[in-house]
Amino acid sequence: MTARMFQVYRGTRQQGALQEFRVECDEGMVVLDAVHRIQAQQAPDLACRWNCKAGKCGSCSAEINGRPRLMCMTRLSDYPDDRPVTITPMRAFPVIKDLVTDVSWNYEVNRRIPAFQPRKPDFPDGTWRMYQHEVERPQEFRKCIECFLCQDVCHVLRTHHKHAEFMGPAFLTRAAVYETHPLDTADRSQHLKDEGGIGYCNITKCCTEVCPEGIRITDNAIIPLKERVVDRFYDPLRGLLRLIFGKSR
Amino acid sequence: MADIQQHEHDVIVVGAGGAGLRAAIEARAQGARVGLICKSLLGKAHTVMAEGGAAAALGTVFSEDNWRVHFRDTMRGGKMHNNWRMAQIHAQESPDRVRELEAWGALFDRTPDGRINQRPFGGHTYSRLAHVGDRTGLEMIRVLQDKAVHSGVDVFMECTVVRLPVVDGRAAGALAYWKDSGRFVLFNAGAVVLATGGIGKGWQITSNSWEYTGDGHALACDAGADLIDMEFVQFHPTGMVWPPSVNGILVTEGVRGEGGILTNSTGRRFMFDYVPDMFKGDFADTEKEAQAWVTGDRKKNRRPPELLTRDVVARAITREVKEGRGSPHGGVFLDIATKRDAEYIKKKLPSMYHQFKELAGVDITREPMEVGPTTHYAMGGVKVDAETQEATVPGLYAAGEVAGGMHGANRLGGNSLSDLLVFGRRAGAAAATAARNRKPAPVSDAWVQQVVNEALAPFSRPNGENPYQVQADLQKAMQADAGIVRDKAGLEAALAAVEKLKRRAAGVGVIGSREYNPGWSTALDLRSLLTVSEAVTRAALARTESRGGHTRIDRPDSDPAQERVQYVVHKDGDRLAVRAERQPDLPADLAKLIKDGA
Repeated sequence: MTARMFQVYRGTRQQGALQEFRVECDEGMVVLDAVHRIQAQQAPDLACRWNCKAGKCGSCSAEINGRPRLMCMTRLSDYPDDRPVTITPMRAFPVIKDLVTDVSWNYEVNRRIPAFQPRKPDFPDGTWRMYQHEVERPQEFRKCIECFLCQDVCHVLRTHHKHAEFMGPAFLTRAAVYETHPLDTADRSQHLKDEGGIGYCNITKCCTEVCPEGIRITDNAIIPLKERVVDRFYDPLRGLLRLIFGKSR
Repeated sequence: MADIQQHEHDVIVVGAGGAGLRAAIEARAQGARVGLICKSLLGKAHTVMAEGGAAAALGTVFSEDNWRVHFRDTMRGGKMHNNWRMAQIHAQESPDRVRELEAWGALFDRTPDGRINQRPFGGHTYSRLAHVGDRTGLEMIRVLQDKAVHSGVDVFMECTVVRLPVVDGRAAGALAYWKDSGRFVLFNAGAVVLATGGIGKGWQITSNSWEYTGDGHALACDAGADLIDMEFVQFHPTGMVWPPSVNGILVTEGVRGEGGILTNSTGRRFMFDYVPDMFKGDFADTEKEAQAWVTGDRKKNRRPPELLTRDVVARAITREVKEGRGSPHGGVFLDIATKRDAEYIKKKLPSMYHQFKELAGVDITREPMEVGPTTHYAMGGVKVDAETQEATVPGLYAAGEVAGGMHGANRLGGNSLSDLLVFGRRAGAAAATAARNRKPAPVSDAWVQQVVNEALAPFSRPNGENPYQVQADLQKAMQADAGIVRDKAGLEAALAAVEKLKRRAAGVGVIGSREYNPGWSTALDLRSLLTVSEAVTRAALARTESRGGHTRIDRPDSDPAQERVQYVVHKDGDRLAVRAERQPDLPADLAKLIKDGA
């Protein structure tokens, strides 16, 4: 057991400050273990979200020494033990209390994405055939655990607060699930362009860097969606054809 | 009740894992106004942790498979203690429920001919688990989550139910508090579906999250409903054992399904020594045969003994460790590295690879894992009608892990995800029917005030005991004396400990405000944890035999006279009492199917 120092954000939406805690730590501990120890021994009202403690549910997102990470998958041994570890809430969302932020906006964004619409079944028994190579593309996006770390790091949301105009990398990834789904027939280009604000993304790939699931968000989800939107709305040849033959073409 | 927020729905569903979501979707499809209450954020429920897959006799890998074989496997895995009608409905309906998920957007792994692929698992005769790598639960919950929100279900997140009002003998809604504000809210409803999951947080070593405090079990019991089979707790054979902070985190049975083997410190593949008489002849005799099965010749060779049912494997590991043949950190070795190449492992078991690499510094494509039993699943739960999932209190329904009966004395891996779908749907449908044309009964102000006062009491004791300490001591007592091996003296000690902890829980104190206060939540959850711990211990004392997940070292054999006997835990005044009830016998055709094979 060695003692380590932690600086944890304590406070509400209106005000707060870092509070220091000294915690006895064992081998193999992760940041979330330290937070649990603080709760059990020193500050039982310290608010934090967590569920699975195995990197599968995406609840315990926070910023550790300023970097967006899952607390349950961040080992203390990755940090020097002579300096305090700082734990602060995600900055792209309003604080409710301590490490807990109000992420309800994300659920609103998701609800507005046009729903999955399968093609008619391939067989009279109501089933389809899909092949492994076809499902692998959307399966990558389905690894998303909704931790919202990509939303947190994205400068469009974090710095410019464009929540009303931009759905963020997490939900571009969600839209990509359906847009690349072999059975889906819905067209989400209009939604991505207008309400989703896909044009705001200038592909700095910060989202990809922080994704704990290793999803190649920018390369595999966002860029192909941008291409779809561009093809549909900004292709000069198609624009010319529309001009000549009218919108119905 | 001027200061209490109120909502009215036809059906209120408590819990938003697989069962709760499926129930909500079904009730909504039948035209009911549906409210879905979850203790965490939507999509974080324990279902996301389910790794291996959903068992359903789709017959895409083995065309010989059908509901009869699945039913027989389930009953034998449950040591013949299951509610036979639930096991039958489950086996018959699960293929449709899995295919339905595909129609809603699920992306299961495929067979070469483009159908849903199925993976082998413990206790299943044929490869039967529809899966997505080792993150099947995540896929399921996302599909159901999106389906529910697009169907117009009202979702109430981070809202914890503390009591169910019962008006004129009928469940009439739920009283809850918002986590963020600490304020109370009354949900009035014509029918209530409990889908709250399990009880694993009562033990020290568990694969379960903070939410798994047995809320639904306790709420139902408190409302006057019967609980059955509470002595049957599943200890999953393979949890992580090192480092200490990850002790108990699940290692999917899929590792063994994909060919992983269990060895002890002498290098012996010990599961060959533990095949029970009931399954002799169903499993490979030699390592050579087992390996031939793994590499693909599954018609001519029999399954490796690592794929015996969970109760058997967990007991075997416990014995190996106890007799001094364990691994350095008190588990045994699980090795897939020497059986499959690195690319295959990363593709089929990506989150296991990730989990061991990140949390333990172990590369499972190169070295063995250390694993040991972890508290995983409650077979016992609310006693329900097999067709409708209605509890013994009218208007109250239970589906998924919180319901009892389906899995008997031991659950087969993969049967949980399909259970959620099959019985979630049935509960949602029955609740919607029951609530139709029924105006929710008014709940008395006095009752609400009394519950609220009780819930707020810890704030009046700022110098009271720390609720985390009471929780930790309860987990210690249950782990020591109501764990994987039990005896009368230990269980009596556990019961005495629970009684003492109940008194301590009455004196816990909370500091800070009501807003998002985890100390307060922990204090309130103690009520549920203590109720289920007492129920488990009392039922375990009553069952004077060993069967499935319930192992009594003082009663090591199964007692045929108790095979179809259920111990029913119910409230008797302020106490819990146990009575024995005989379950109906299997009808002749199903009994014959079990005896002669499907």
